[in-house]
Amino acid sequence: MYLHCLSVSRRVTNFRLTLLRRFRVTFTISTIVAVLFVTSCSHKEAISAPAAQQPSHVPGVLRVCADPNNLPFSNQHLEGFENKIADLIANESGEKLEYTWWAQRRGFFRNTLKANACDVVLGVPSGFEMALTTSPYYRSSYVFVTLKDRDLNIKSFDDPELRKLKIGVQMVGDDFSNTPPAHALTRRNIIQNVRGFTLYGDYSQPSPPARILEALVNKEIDVAIAWGPLAGYFAKNSQVPLKVAVVSPQVDQPFLPFVYDISMGVRRGDQQLKDQLETIMDKRREDIDRILEQYGVPRVDKEYLAGTR
Amino acid sequence: MIGRSERRCFLMLVVGITALCSSCTSRQNLQPQVFTNRVQKQPTGAKQNMSEAEDGQWMMPAKNFASTRYSGLDQISSANVANLRLAWTFSTGVLRGHEAAPIIADNTMYIVTPFPNTVYALDLTQPGSPVKWKYEANPASAAQGVACCDVINRGVVYSNQKIFFNTLDNFTIALDAVTGKELWKTQVGDINKGETMTMAPLVVKDRVLVGNSGGEFGVRGWLTALDISSGSIAWRAYHTGPDGDVLIGQNFHPFYSQDQGKDLGVSSWPADSWRIGGGTMWGWISYDPDLDLIYYGTGNPGPWNPEQRPGDNKWTCGIFARKPENGDAVWFYQLSPHDLHDYDGINEQLLLDLPFNGQTRKVLVRPDRNGYVYVIDRLNGQVLSANPFAYITSSNGVDLSSGKLIYNPEKDPQAGKVIREICPAAPGAKDWQPSAFSPRTGLVYIPHQNLCMDVEGVEANYIAGTPYVGANVKMYAGPGGNRGEFLAWDPIKGEKVWSIQEKFPVWSGAVATAGDVVFYGTMDGWFKAVDAKSGQLLWQFKCGSGIIGQPVSYRGPDGKQYVAVLSGVGGWSGAIVAAGLDPRDPTGALGFVNAMTDLPDASTKGGMLYVFALP
Repeated sequence: MYLHCLSVSRRVTNFRLTLLRRFRVTFTISTIVAVLFVTSCSHKEAISAPAAQQPSHVPGVLRVCADPNNLPFSNQHLEGFENKIADLIANESGEKLEYTWWAQRRGFFRNTLKANACDVVLGVPSGFEMALTTSPYYRSSYVFVTLKDRDLNIKSFDDPELRKLKIGVQMVGDDFSNTPPAHALTRRNIIQNVRGFTLYGDYSQPSPPARILEALVNKEIDVAIAWGPLAGYFAKNSQVPLKVAVVSPQVDQPFLPFVYDISMGVRRGDQQLKDQLETIMDKRREDIDRILEQYGVPRVDKEYLAGTR
Repeated sequence: MIGRSERRCFLMLVVGITALCSSCTSRQNLQPQVFTNRVQKQPTGAKQNMSEAEDGQWMMPAKNFASTRYSGLDQISSANVANLRLAWTFSTGVLRGHEAAPIIADNTMYIVTPFPNTVYALDLTQPGSPVKWKYEANPASAAQGVACCDVINRGVVYSNQKIFFNTLDNFTIALDAVTGKELWKTQVGDINKGETMTMAPLVVKDRVLVGNSGGEFGVRGWLTALDISSGSIAWRAYHTGPDGDVLIGQNFHPFYSQDQGKDLGVSSWPADSWRIGGGTMWGWISYDPDLDLIYYGTGNPGPWNPEQRPGDNKWTCGIFARKPENGDAVWFYQLSPHDLHDYDGINEQLLLDLPFNGQTRKVLVRPDRNGYVYVIDRLNGQVLSANPFAYITSSNGVDLSSGKLIYNPEKDPQAGKVIREICPAAPGAKDWQPSAFSPRTGLVYIPHQNLCMDVEGVEANYIAGTPYVGANVKMYAGPGGNRGEFLAWDPIKGEKVWSIQEKFPVWSGAVATAGDVVFYGTMDGWFKAVDAKSGQLLWQFKCGSGIIGQPVSYRGPDGKQYVAVLSGVGGWSGAIVAAGLDPRDPTGALGFVNAMTDLPDASTKGGMLYVFALP
């Protein structure tokens, strides 16, 4: 299926690749520096070194690791809400803002934050293992998205309607891992009427994970189950009115959460930057909330439901 | 009838030449375990399918269409290999995993590096084999972020004074072997869709056969044939979807009933799941010129979890026989239907003629990731035997009457459920690393790993701005505590003859020679020569970095026999070193890091070619 689109998308593809290559060239130089740095000490030292000795953020420049093509979160045109929040933080700290662009796929954290190519990732789940995470600044949820004029009222995976509808859900692809909605459907044996969309999508297109919502608008599916910020933003900007409903209950017992706290992530050991970010987040709380609202991020920390029209 | 008989009580005759060993003590130097008393007997009658005169060259990674990786050269023998010396070396300047085979033709050696896929031609007629030409493929840097398991490349192929190879960003390229000039360059896949290419092409007549990687990203797998002169795509066979896409037509006659029927590539999946169904092709292709059939395997189904794709998920995790001219499928056999454990079916098939119940049968021998060595009639796809060569808990054998793998339901990973001791682990009992066969001993030499895994708990993970739940996969050594093994297998009896336990997974290829020596490398950098009959260690050399490449042997312009191998640790198993993964995160490299935390102490990275000869 995919290769049928090759000739159509080649021009766009090449354009994107050129962009990506340019971003990465800048990055490669810092990688080489990082590699030289790392290889100059033996592995044993690297293991036993306390986390605090890992490279810290150098004051004066705030280096953000971000995906160049993933609205509503971030893009290279600085149009995402994470771009706006980064602006706000750099303004507040009086630092120059720089970006290291890298597609947020496997290896993203290893090649950006951990490689010391940049200092902060604007959105990560709180307590995420690959970073030191700040206190959360918003909590969102997986949501059911439907066409408003269909007048469907789905909030729960136990809604019997789900067995009759064509459902779109996002897939991850690592062994034994997947999005919570994908697991929740499987546990209920809702399988034959499910269409999978890869979270990676086609990177030659804008915001690859958004295909699931386009399929909803094109009536290829009846309901899309997606992560709140993506769905809320899409609904807010959609020509066709959409209904966004947070998944309820918030946890599929015993283990499957649909709700996640989102923090900023810095290198493990970079306590100073974490503290700095938390201070600014506290001080500019209302401005950050306003940005999230502008982008239609559904919030479950504020009993607030954005993006519904 | 159950193919996996009860585990035999092998007669363990440890060769008692301990005195010899005092001069070569090393923690790696375990004496081989010998499992039968037939070791010194005459060759069993197993033959390489296509006997060909030894021309001293090595023009494709598998050496020949039958994929035996057998060199007819005998200057280096079990009697004199102890004198083997380093002849010359060459640094590739690349630090990632080096899985390629050096290719030798017309007194020139050709090697391709991992990303950035630079091809070097080295002039064997000159002292020190200087660079004759160099071709820089300049693949898109973004391709590195798409490769699942290190940015490796498995080699070039030489044919008709041309060099063919694939780049990580999905181009198949033809070069003039004499000048290095680019003849054509065809894009066959798209990194933006999660596709990459790592496999070595095979050239059959006027077709260059290539396949894609990327099952983890919802790629739909295929094998593609390009025209050798123009590089235009002659045909493409998908591994999921309607028969028309899979090139299944009138000539398709699979042996078992479960593989017969219309559009099984659609109906053995829920709804439209086949559209992002995986079944990629990143392994090995063999060819039988007499039958005019190619043979190759397909990767695992993805990105769906097993519960989300009830059905056999055709045509993933199986072996296709096709006509090279137009890609027409002739038969298919599914090794792991409805794969549960990531057992890609892409390993090599050795085409041998074996006596079976008093008859000589044309077979293909497949040591599979699921832990069984399959002997399959290559005319029709019938499984003649399937015996375990590794410790297996995930299944209870292969039913030879139905051809079906008998899964052990207790080891079926399910979301939120803790499952311990799944053996083999996700990389299988044997991954891509190719075996060798010697017609002199009748034995197949299999490099492989001994790993089990636990799948437990859930942890928050994050991709493309989206949190999700990941399973905690941890791999560790199977019974015995050794993570690797190099073994000699009798394909007729279906049993181990001898085996050498290795600390780390044996991730290198193997080569067997007419001098009754077998070569392989270890991830901590030892390049080893062992006796083809007994497995006794005859010689070893410590290379600069761990070895995951494919050794080869050739005759130089000076008439001497050489053995060559690339060192440079990496790959999925060695990502902890090549990609600098954090040993404190045991779930790194999809859980492989947990089994490899001591590798950084045993090997540093760095690509270097080593070439050996007798003094």
